[in-house]
Amino acid sequence: MNVFTSIKMAGRNIRANKMRSFLTMLGIIIGVSSVIALLAIGQGSSKAVADSVNSLGTNLITVNITNTDTHFTRDDLKQVKQAVGVKSVAPVLSGRSTVRNGSTSSQVSVIGTTSSYLSIRQLSVKDGRFVSSLDDTFRQKVAVLGSELATTLFPNGSPINKDVLIDGQRYTIVGVLNSKGGSMGQNSDDAVYLPFSTSQRLLGTTYITQFYAQAENQSSVNWAMAGITRVMNQTYSSTDDYSVVNQQDVMETMSSVTSTMTMLLAGIAGISLLVGGIGIMNIMLVSVTERTKEIGIRKAIGAKRRDIMLQFLIEAAVLSMLGGLCGVGIGILAAKIYAAATGSTIVFSLQVMAAAFLFSAFVGIIFGVFPAYKASKLNPIEALRTD
Amino acid sequence: MTESLITMSKIEKTYKLGDNVVHALDHIDLSIEKGAFISIVGPSGSGKSTLMNMMGCLDKPDKGKYILGGSHIDQLKDRDLAEIRNQKIGFIFQNFNLLGKLSAVENVELPLLYRGVKTKDRRARALECLNMVGLKDRAAHLPNQLSGGQQQRVAIARALAGEPQILLADEPTGALDSKTSEEIMNLLTALNENGRTIVLITHDLNVARKAKRTVSIRDGKLQEGEHI
Repeated sequence: MNVFTSIKMAGRNIRANKMRSFLTMLGIIIGVSSVIALLAIGQGSSKAVADSVNSLGTNLITVNITNTDTHFTRDDLKQVKQAVGVKSVAPVLSGRSTVRNGSTSSQVSVIGTTSSYLSIRQLSVKDGRFVSSLDDTFRQKVAVLGSELATTLFPNGSPINKDVLIDGQRYTIVGVLNSKGGSMGQNSDDAVYLPFSTSQRLLGTTYITQFYAQAENQSSVNWAMAGITRVMNQTYSSTDDYSVVNQQDVMETMSSVTSTMTMLLAGIAGISLLVGGIGIMNIMLVSVTERTKEIGIRKAIGAKRRDIMLQFLIEAAVLSMLGGLCGVGIGILAAKIYAAATGSTIVFSLQVMAAAFLFSAFVGIIFGVFPAYKASKLNPIEALRTD
Repeated sequence: MTESLITMSKIEKTYKLGDNVVHALDHIDLSIEKGAFISIVGPSGSGKSTLMNMMGCLDKPDKGKYILGGSHIDQLKDRDLAEIRNQKIGFIFQNFNLLGKLSAVENVELPLLYRGVKTKDRRARALECLNMVGLKDRAAHLPNQLSGGQQQRVAIARALAGEPQILLADEPTGALDSKTSEEIMNLLTALNENGRTIVLITHDLNVARKAKRTVSIRDGKLQEGEHI
């Protein structure tokens, strides 16, 4: 008997028990669709992280100072700037404040920094200018708005040279930035930028807890990091007091987190596929018992063990592959619904789909072997005697 | 004397029922020539089902020789027995044993399916056989849409489809009323007149008498003639 005829026969048997076949496939459908949906979401978030890290530029080095007993000062920062491979540095002081224009107000992050911040963070000015070193030297009460904040506070017309109240104090707006989008929990569009010295007064801090440095180019990132570390060691005795990380490190940390997540999700989905396979085996065993008489008749007529085996194996495979196909469709749909509902990135990969589908077929065949073997071993005389 | 199609000599088959050993077949010697119409009669438990299974190559003897159309059945493996059943034997059962999910013509096609005959040839041959039993217009019906007599005729068409050397009918009229039984017996008689070898197993002497030759089996022993 050829395979095509067997497939046709399997299709007929599956259609004859529609409800049961559907319930059997359900395990596989849930397994495959969850593999596809969860991996699409997982890979999507990895991609989102990678994109946001890359958008900051690969030359960026972030230094965080955790020791608050020994203060890091502007003079120390000047030494960092002298280090080999370092192109520019920008201290960062951040906090949250209420920014008000008339009756409109918004709770946003305040970032105090210097003029070099703009190029280091790869931002650009849409209107007006960024904070200058003169603003910093003379503690000017000027502010630069992120694009989103500018539209919130000044829906009509340009905010340049207008005043806003930050925590009740009056600041003059000198510039508005272009939109850059959020990255790693920071939205540069919904923020207000002040001169560093001005922000120190606003936020009541006299020392530096964080600064950014830019390496001259990508290949000098490691040189620059070594240079920065050397300078930091002059101030701090322990390397636990501060951390120096480049974007590569950040990316690796993030991607290891997301890949662990993805593997976990895939693992859970894989287990549900396995459970689906056991469901198929269960139903196939019931089917063999139910169709003992049929097997007896077929054997009497001349079906060989191989023919019977093939018939049941193909039926299990067709069942699981149908489930696999439905699962691929439902998985894509579910991931798209998730993306539409939450606005997050999803990434479909053809390999994942092919692998999930093939695995479902494989599960069907593996779990079909035992029932098929059992069917093929039936003694025709006894099988014919059953009702 | 025409050539012998079936030769059984000193066939033995025993079963264990608890501590008792039952001689289902006890030194059976039987020879059936080509074109014969033989009935095997016996009460239930006489061993006639075992003999039928043996003849139909569903079972192998413990001892003795069985030659069917030149093949030494007692020396063959299970795999080869399936092939012999497919090529040389046409079964007709008491309960018809049609597959309920398949139409009449698909049931008739089954032996050819396992022989690897192409779809088109298979269908043509199956329809030809249905025509032979007078059911060509019922080809697309499912078994449960047919009467008992029609179902048995489909089963006979299925047995004929593979051009077997022998038709083995096990109580073919056992589940039918007397009128339909007669129709089926007439069909078998006609098939025999066309040169087919038929072995009929029954407990009903009226049915057995339609055959040209009758043998009786009791307690696993075979005797020529009616001895019930």
